[in-house]
Amino acid sequence: MLEIEIDGKKTEVSDGATVMDAAHQLGIFVPHFCYHKKLSIAANCRMCLVQVEKAPKPLPACATPVTNGMKVFTHSEAAVKAQKGVMEFLLINHPLDCPICDQGGECQLQDLSVGYGQSAARYQEEKRVVVNKNLGPLIATDMTRCIHCTRCVRFTQEIAGWQEMGQAFRGEHAEIMPFIEKTVDSELSGNVIDLCPVGALTSKPFRFAARTWELSRRKSVSPHDGLGANLIVQVKHDRVLRVLPLENEDVNECWLSDKDRFSYEALNSKARLTKPMLKQCGEWREVDWQTALEFIGTDLKRVVREHGTASFGALASPHSTLEELHLLQKFVRGAGSENIDCRLRQTDFSLDGKGITPWLGMPVAEIPMLDRVLVVGSFLRKDHPLLAQRLRQAAKKFTRVSLLHVADDDQLINLHAKSIVAPSALAMELAGIVKAVAEIKGVTVDAALAGVQPTAAAKAIAESLASGEKGAVFLGNFAQQHVQSATLHALAQKLADLTGARFGYLGEAANSVGGYVAKAVPGTSGLNAARMLAAPCRAYFVLHAEPELDCANPQQALTALKGADLVVAMTPFKTRALDYAHVILPIAPFTETSGSFINTEGRVQSFHAVVKPQGETRPAWKVLRVLGNLLGLAGFEQDNSETVRDEALGGMTGSVAERLNNRAEGIAVSLAPTAPALQPKLERVADVPIHFADPLARRAPSLQMTRDAAPPAARMNAATLAKLGLTAGAQVKVSLGGTAVLAVQLDAGVPDGCVRVAAGHELTSGLGPMQGELTVERA
Amino acid sequence: MGALGFILNAEEGERSWRLAEYVKRGGYSALKKIIDENIPPENIVAELKKSSLRGRGGAGFPTGLKWSFMPRQFPGAKYVVCNSDEGEPGTFKDRDILRWNPHMVIEGMIIAGYAMGCARGYNYIHGEIWEIYKRFEEALEEARAAKLLGPNILGSDFSFELQAHHGYGAYICGEETALLESIEGKKGQPRFKPPFPASFGLYGKPTTINNTETFASVPYIINQGGEKFLELGKPNNGGTKLFSVSGHVNRPGNFEVPMGTPFRDLLEMAGGMRSGRKLKGVIPGGSSSPVLPADVIMECTLDYDSIAKAGSMLGSGAVIVMDETTCMVRALERLSYFYFEESCGQCTPCREGTGWLYRVVHRIEHGEGRPEDLDLLNSVTENIMGRTICALGDAASMPVRGFLKHFGAEFEYHIQNKKCLVPEDVQRAGSGFFKAA
Amino acid sequence: MLSQDAIQKIDREIAKYPAEQKQSAVMAALAIAQMEKGWLSTETIEAVAGHLGMAPVAVYEVASFYNMYDLAPVGKVKITVCTNLPCALSGGVHAADYLKQKLGIGFNETTPDGRFTLKEGECMGACGDAPVLLVNNVRMCSFMQPEQIDRLLGECQ
Ligand SMILES: Cc1cc2nc3c(=O)[nH]c(=O)nc-3n(C[C@H](O)[C@H](O)[C@H](O)COP(=O)(O)O)c2cc1C
Ligand code: SF4
Ligand code: FES
Repeated sequence: MLEIEIDGKKTEVSDGATVMDAAHQLGIFVPHFCYHKKLSIAANCRMCLVQVEKAPKPLPACATPVTNGMKVFTHSEAAVKAQKGVMEFLLINHPLDCPICDQGGECQLQDLSVGYGQSAARYQEEKRVVVNKNLGPLIATDMTRCIHCTRCVRFTQEIAGWQEMGQAFRGEHAEIMPFIEKTVDSELSGNVIDLCPVGALTSKPFRFAARTWELSRRKSVSPHDGLGANLIVQVKHDRVLRVLPLENEDVNECWLSDKDRFSYEALNSKARLTKPMLKQCGEWREVDWQTALEFIGTDLKRVVREHGTASFGALASPHSTLEELHLLQKFVRGAGSENIDCRLRQTDFSLDGKGITPWLGMPVAEIPMLDRVLVVGSFLRKDHPLLAQRLRQAAKKFTRVSLLHVADDDQLINLHAKSIVAPSALAMELAGIVKAVAEIKGVTVDAALAGVQPTAAAKAIAESLASGEKGAVFLGNFAQQHVQSATLHALAQKLADLTGARFGYLGEAANSVGGYVAKAVPGTSGLNAARMLAAPCRAYFVLHAEPELDCANPQQALTALKGADLVVAMTPFKTRALDYAHVILPIAPFTETSGSFINTEGRVQSFHAVVKPQGETRPAWKVLRVLGNLLGLAGFEQDNSETVRDEALGGMTGSVAERLNNRAEGIAVSLAPTAPALQPKLERVADVPIHFADPLARRAPSLQMTRDAAPPAARMNAATLAKLGLTAGAQVKVSLGGTAVLAVQLDAGVPDGCVRVAAGHELTSGLGPMQGELTVERA
Repeated sequence: MGALGFILNAEEGERSWRLAEYVKRGGYSALKKIIDENIPPENIVAELKKSSLRGRGGAGFPTGLKWSFMPRQFPGAKYVVCNSDEGEPGTFKDRDILRWNPHMVIEGMIIAGYAMGCARGYNYIHGEIWEIYKRFEEALEEARAAKLLGPNILGSDFSFELQAHHGYGAYICGEETALLESIEGKKGQPRFKPPFPASFGLYGKPTTINNTETFASVPYIINQGGEKFLELGKPNNGGTKLFSVSGHVNRPGNFEVPMGTPFRDLLEMAGGMRSGRKLKGVIPGGSSSPVLPADVIMECTLDYDSIAKAGSMLGSGAVIVMDETTCMVRALERLSYFYFEESCGQCTPCREGTGWLYRVVHRIEHGEGRPEDLDLLNSVTENIMGRTICALGDAASMPVRGFLKHFGAEFEYHIQNKKCLVPEDVQRAGSGFFKAA
Repeated sequence: MLSQDAIQKIDREIAKYPAEQKQSAVMAALAIAQMEKGWLSTETIEAVAGHLGMAPVAVYEVASFYNMYDLAPVGKVKITVCTNLPCALSGGVHAADYLKQKLGIGFNETTPDGRFTLKEGECMGACGDAPVLLVNNVRMCSFMQPEQIDRLLGECQ
């Protein structure tokens, strides 16, 4: 520990701490621009110059290590003179266009210049003008305002993992820019807007929409991936105009993924449904709530009467709130059915009934303390942008991260080892890792693994896992959606047990854990999502989901829905439900209702509505409560969402981690037959691209203009292309339980004999299952 | 040239730089001695300390002391780096050293590697002297072939790899940490110190950086002893030193003279003033050192202490001589332009301030000066100096302050009369370019 | 794309540095690429980035930081004249003026026949030989009085 005195206040800091750290500890503000606690130290802005006793010149607080007994003055004459001098330099070439700048009101330069600026401008020369850059659909630029703090550059290098911005040229000619004509395509790109201390980088969708002081700031929680990033939603006149991160070191730190940040655009889009709609005699009519709900009540009773209670089922999106899911399952069960599910992309349900609630298995914040991590079956960066970011940082220190997956996308993580195999070989490869670890540890393995021959890659991963002390094995969305997900689970669990590692799931959606907690999964007598669609029900309730895009087998889902007697779609948007539903109810998106999500680590995060529901939109929990009443069901008397939540949580608050469990005994391991004849000739690798993964993201115009939202193609490696006699750019008809016409794209990261065809998009919704043998022919 | 010293004592000529010629002159005997006698590394450092050799790159830091900062027991790679990025206007000695005596630098670096336990070294060579870079690479090949470089040097268990890295036109890469960044394949932006290169240098490993001339002095010190070297110069200013004389003299060039030699003598060696014109001022230590007026410099001896006492710096030993045909405003304008162009651009005061300085001086030179400009210039330099990551901020400021201090009247004349004290045709004649016409 | 020969030369440069420090060869790689192509186009920079496993913008940072890289096409003969103070005192600026007049172009311009480009240079570390100029980055010419300049231009025609 080192002693230091700043402005007369004493404190102790640990070795290696800087004067800036010590100042923070003492609550003393030192003006700064380039310094950011999450980025490397650049010490280039020189704004944080302070006087240090015995030092001949002022020193930058951000970069100066504390020495024992150091005395620092942040407000002495010498310090203030230095700070004012720097401020003058910062302003001489700055356009001082605050009145028309989007940063106005939240500009660090503006704020500090009040305290440190000089009134008379001594600089009488011509000011520098810098041309703007096109960084893509999300970030607007005004590069003349740039003060060269290089925070954005360091962000892309260090946090996003690939340098997309740079400081080109030198001296006064220096320019912050992407590579010539390139945009910034990281899924975390929007964070540079927050990092930019001036108005050089601002939000393109938000541009000129409002002045910051006109906006009210309300807390919320991101409805997208399983992390549940904390949000500040900014609102004017009951419209959401901007979303910013709410700092929470345990969850999202100070970051947001672009999806978290920009999906709000969908809330104000024309695709919003604002009135209940009823299909009568083949015609859609806008009706009032009363009419719509009464119709549902009557028709549902009829279907149940005619076909039995088991002919009624509900499909819910795992992006629904805990309260919505709780009341939906209560409603379904109240109506006498056990058919409810929110695991729409899952195909192997053989773990059901074993008391498993897939979750991370540990707190998110403890990820950096792991020394070994294996991720199995995950499009990590795009499925979990901020968890991937945590792993990226961890891998720079002492964590060895390995990946077993079906596509060699660059995760921008310094991977220790990886194995990329076809989906049909995933379980076998994981078995190889288990076998290799068992061999290293000198334990015997189950008979099921007797014939397994670990590959070299499997051995490398095994060696890494076996040599650690605090490891973790995580299953990703792909593993969870895999036709052998139970086998993958069993193997991963075995691996964790052999190595003493933690074991968990990265968690697909904002409320995947909440779905289990709310019991929005079938009981033993009920049908799961796949079975509800395979052997069609007569009546369906669909909550927040778009089955033609969100289900494991869109074709089958569509057929089932089209054949039903009653389909009630509850959605904030005009979806394709118009093709198959009988009633569509406009329900509130997350910003227009109170509710809760339980994130992948079991953290219960509740939020309030930030704006009034648009048009006649109503919160789904209220709609379900009324429906319960309409059907005369018991237990639908809650008059606020908190009551619903408390009921769903059964008295737990804050975290439900204690109640979550990933482990079960006696899971059957069935490794796919290895005889070549039984292996698919050509198999599908299906990802759910980041901006196609939920209804909100799909309808956010700016997100849909990003590279991540490029239309799906049939992606193959060169060998597969050659074998099929195809060339990139050709149009092909892809068939697998349906067909889709797609452009062929070369992708070296797709395993041999595989075709990568994304799910979740209109273009590929004509296809059947996400996994299986497909055929490709010239269109 | 060079009769008084040992570095440039090779006969000029295309072959004199070759290994064989160098060995004939006694080259690599210091290395042989170290290997044969198994001299402990700390003795070498001690010898350097005794020699009072001070770094020839500009700052004059005692070399023995610098070498002693290298962590002895560090596990893993350590590096020796030679700074041949000579780009400070007026300095052109390292080019001649590498041109006529590359092996002396190589030998010095090998000894440095031995003394500091480094297995690898790099020589960073100024991009514009491409032919010299090529020659240095050839010299390295010769040394490798003769087992003077590479694994098990001269049959010992000491191994040392040395490579040349070329610059490509950035003065700032002469700053040692910018140079390291540049070797790492980045733009040459200096690093904040601490940590210093001795603990966090090339690729984050302990590294010692010295100037070309510094390394070239090492074999002599090993052969003749530190005391002998010290005696060549004067106390605290050991050895001989190369002075690059440019500007208005009859015979510009490098002169290797003992430290403490009177400036007058150097001027004489350089053939005296061109066309016998009157001396006006001298920039004694490279463009960043404050200019000294004729009467002051004529009383100085060439060593760190004497020049410092006169209010300037010995720096890299680049002596820029200006006669009465020189317009001091135009001279400063050109230097200010240089620092403005060469600022790496990371620190606010340097990036913004060098442009400000240049533009104001440019205005004055172009007849648009204002009376308050001189105070403004001084004030801007005050706001730059000591507030930047590297010394370029200071280097850009000191010439401004020096010129204003000693030739302020000439600046005032420009502002008031919107033209120069020295008529245009007189200035034109000064360069000697049009003498043929 | 870079030629096989260029790739070979670049690989020789890569070998100068520790195995995990390929990026160290970026300056040499850009110089080699420029010598082959005449200047550094977007594609050339991308090719160098690909070969060294660097982000293209990181290579661009380097290419735009160092003066001797050309980010736009130049003439067959690029002449860079040092006009810095020590050279100017011995005719550096006058030599540049002479060249401008002879070639009919200013700094950063190329003659209409695409043969000559003139650049203003900073100190080349050869001030004692002033006026000095650099031809195509590799050949330094010293003591360039009018007759020497005339001879050089003649040679390059
Ligand atoms: C802007 C700037 C430019 C420099 N240029 C050079 C140079 O060209 N050659 C050099 O040897 N040192 C140069 N230096 C000094 C080096 O940073 C460093 O001090 C020197 O190489 C150390 O070697 P020495 O101890 O042998 O002098 C420069 C320093 C600064 C701040
Ligand atoms: S002082 Fe100038 S040259 Fe030195 S690091 Fe700062 S900006 Fe770069
Ligand atoms: S915050 Fe310390 S130099 Fe920028």
